[in-house]
Amino acid sequence: MANSVLEVDNVTKTFPGVVANEDVSLTLNEGEIHCLLGENGAGKSTLVNMVFGLYRPDRGTIRVRGQDAHFEDSGDAIARGIGMVHQHFQLIPVFTVAENIILGNEVTKGALLDLAAARRQIHALAERYGLAVDPDATVGDLSVGEQQRVELVKALFRDADILILDEPTAVLTPGEVDDFFGVVQSLTQQGKSIIFITHKLREVLAVADRITVLRAGRVVGSTTAEGTTQQSLANLMVGRDVVFQVEKTTAQPGAAAMQTRGLRVQDDRGLETVTGLDMEVRSGEIFGIAGVEGNGQRELVEAVCGMRPATGGRVEMLGRDTTDWNPRRVNELGVAHIPENRSKHGVVAQYSIADNLVLNRYSQTKFSRRGVRNTSAIDTEAAALMEQFDVRATGASAALSTLSGGNQQKVVVARELTGDLRILVVAQPTRGLDVGSIEFIHRQIIELRDRGAAVLLVSAELDEIMALSDRIGVMYRGRLAATVDAADATREELGLLMATGSSSATDREQQ
Amino acid sequence: MSRPGDADSSITRASGHLHRFLTEAWRLQPLYVSLYAILLSLLIGGVLISLIGVNPLTAYWALLRGMVGDGERLAGSLARSVPFIGSALALALPFRAGLFNIGAEGQLLAGGLTAAYVGALSWMSDLPGGIAIPLIIIAGTMGGAVWGGIPGVLRTKTGAHEVISTIMLNSVVLFAARWMVGSRDPVVLRDTESTVPRTDPISDTAVLPELVDSQPVLHTGLFALLGLCFVVAFMLNRTNFGFEIATVGLNPHAAHYSGMNVNRVIVLAMAAAGACAGLAAASEISGTNGHFQPGTFFLMGFDGIAIALLARTKPVAVIAAALLWGSMLSGAPLMQQEADMSIDVVRIIQALVLLFVAADAVVRYLFRVHEQGQSPFRATSVEGAA
Ligand SMILES: Nc1ncnc2c1ncn2[C@@H]1O[C@H](COP(=O)(O)OP(=O)(O)OP(=O)(O)O)[C@@H](O)[C@H]1O
Ligand SMILES: [Mg+2]
Repeated sequence: MANSVLEVDNVTKTFPGVVANEDVSLTLNEGEIHCLLGENGAGKSTLVNMVFGLYRPDRGTIRVRGQDAHFEDSGDAIARGIGMVHQHFQLIPVFTVAENIILGNEVTKGALLDLAAARRQIHALAERYGLAVDPDATVGDLSVGEQQRVELVKALFRDADILILDEPTAVLTPGEVDDFFGVVQSLTQQGKSIIFITHKLREVLAVADRITVLRAGRVVGSTTAEGTTQQSLANLMVGRDVVFQVEKTTAQPGAAAMQTRGLRVQDDRGLETVTGLDMEVRSGEIFGIAGVEGNGQRELVEAVCGMRPATGGRVEMLGRDTTDWNPRRVNELGVAHIPENRSKHGVVAQYSIADNLVLNRYSQTKFSRRGVRNTSAIDTEAAALMEQFDVRATGASAALSTLSGGNQQKVVVARELTGDLRILVVAQPTRGLDVGSIEFIHRQIIELRDRGAAVLLVSAELDEIMALSDRIGVMYRGRLAATVDAADATREELGLLMATGSSSATDREQQ
Repeated sequence: MSRPGDADSSITRASGHLHRFLTEAWRLQPLYVSLYAILLSLLIGGVLISLIGVNPLTAYWALLRGMVGDGERLAGSLARSVPFIGSALALALPFRAGLFNIGAEGQLLAGGLTAAYVGALSWMSDLPGGIAIPLIIIAGTMGGAVWGGIPGVLRTKTGAHEVISTIMLNSVVLFAARWMVGSRDPVVLRDTESTVPRTDPISDTAVLPELVDSQPVLHTGLFALLGLCFVVAFMLNRTNFGFEIATVGLNPHAAHYSGMNVNRVIVLAMAAAGACAGLAAASEISGTNGHFQPGTFFLMGFDGIAIALLARTKPVAVIAAALLWGSMLSGAPLMQQEADMSIDVVRIIQALVLLFVAADAVVRYLFRVHEQGQSPFRATSVEGAA
């Protein structure tokens, strides 16, 4: 029998009004990858936060290598060889990679930092596990995938041999995901043990040795990758039959609802990332934008929604020239926007769920009269939306920050998908959502399309783009390299286009 | 013999009642830190006093009687406190938008100067009081608002941080006022008949009615500033503008995304802050001084910062904090007379209060008070890590 390095024994953790974990037990063996699955709010993050010393269990014990662990804080957990990569990275953007890695665990020579020694150690680690990082790069300049490798090296630098990865792949591009799994394999081959949280069942089946499924804070099943399928995992998680492929009729597109002509936009650093983009989204269709991150998708979305000025070209929506309108005006025209970066733009974490649900509609006559807020109307609306979108929380007055990541996303989606919508601009709508919620949100988007709305969908998830879109534009270096019919598109063709910006196979529809 | 257990449980029961009273009836929970900070400062102040060789109880008793000993002293304390309400609101209001307004000192001067100028205009004496008084008050309020709005505009147009620009604008208006009021050649605003530098007296019709002939005079400006607290509280807690202010303060990116005009909110919040200070200054010019002297508002703006922080930037709590602050200052002379303690002891205690309120970790640790949100829109906070 393999030795267990970590045992969680009948642990219970409650927050005011919620039982986040109830009698949860789990064993992690040496050198194995143990996947933790569960719906949004099932209690996965809570569980691993306890293992990492960020929360203390109300009841139950956690044992590391057979010894009881009573962690006061994460420092104690690190000392016992536990490392964690949070979904939101904890790096300091203005520091270099090496500085970030040694932060809190400085290598010193006398009173001075010994950066050279640190660099050597980082190189050695990187070599050993196949983690390509440049110790001298500034973290702020790195892609999300690179930053994640830095987080991993940081944990390894502290001699972690139990690694907790909370939704590490949610923010990665497909290529980065493959690299990431390469790294994870080499880690386990060298004796590291890993707890891995994800919502992507395909990944689970590909890498997991064992799988534990949580539902509503309790363990509802435990199995091995060989003994299960995506469908049965999904059903176990959600407690009902889940449909993976959303049914979708052929689109009945109407007139162009949104158009850009020669649109140019700069990013925060003043670099032009949208370089004369022409695009047309018709009402009644879903237009998906595929592309490797950083090819101007973010700036395109922000410019269309009025959050970022265009430096050239035009945006037209519903027959109006909306170039450089402000977000309020764009919104009032009937344009909704689900932003890519939820915590930065989409929510105010300290506000209640109710206030977040009216964040951009608070001034409508329904929610205020003569500038005075109508709190009872806001609460009524919030209760209805929470019901409709299945937001799991203790109530509409709970602070948004106490919701699980997926439920926060549902709040944003609920807010944006209500009202009289003509155009929906949506970036990464299902990032961090469980299969059940993805199914639900996909259905909502398609329903919206069938009611005649134009949908611009940006997603790093090629599967999502292919499943939802009617037409697909591939964005490459600030322009659409090609526009293809979703029905004819293949993964390979899109992948080639995303990587190189051209493909002989797509000349027929080149714009 | 009474059983100690009984006394014990009745004490816990009593303190339980007090606790419920504090939390529910008065919603004082967020103010625990302030209450304990005052307590702690009085304790340390008491130790200091006894080190000097005076019985702290005697000194505090004299101070207390100086504050509220009889009707006239009470009125004097009230009068002393009234302008502090305005200068404290000048910090508390933009604080919600994440702005730190250090400029109440200058906004008071700008408001006072405008009020004194308008009040002394020759045609003011032809107007009935019902028009002249609102006029002088509005003038002062506008003067403060403009002076407060400038750093807001600078912030939005150039990115200049409001802490720096308000401090500089304090100096600008102070020296400008000194010159305007002091210069004989040319005469700008100076009352040439007066030996001390000051403006012409305001018209009799522009004088706020007196309530009590105390030292200083208690006048109806009291109602204006009390009312202002409730107006500001209502504005911050119940209106769309207040929601915008809080959103800009907590997450300006989300404010921009949701269509709020972040720059407009910043400028308006700063202007509103200046208006609060300006109103306080105008009420002083009109009700107490009758003319403008540059020294009148000395330190009043900075005390306002301390008061606002003591009130945890809650507008209604500002009333209590300002009353405490002003009446301590007004009661100090009796303490000096009777206990022979320097007035500065009160200043030391006030400085300690500010210290404990600003470095509230000390108080939280000593009294085990949990973190509490500042914004009314913040949902009831839930403890994070256990
Ligand atoms: N600090 C907190 N205060 C109150 N409730 C909390 C807190 N943290 C989590 N919860 C609640 O505990 C439950 C479990 O949350 P948790 O974050 O562990 O879910 P999760 O499984 O990680 O979900 P997701 O996949 O959406 O990230 C949720 O109902 C959540 O609202
Ligand atoms: Mg989570």
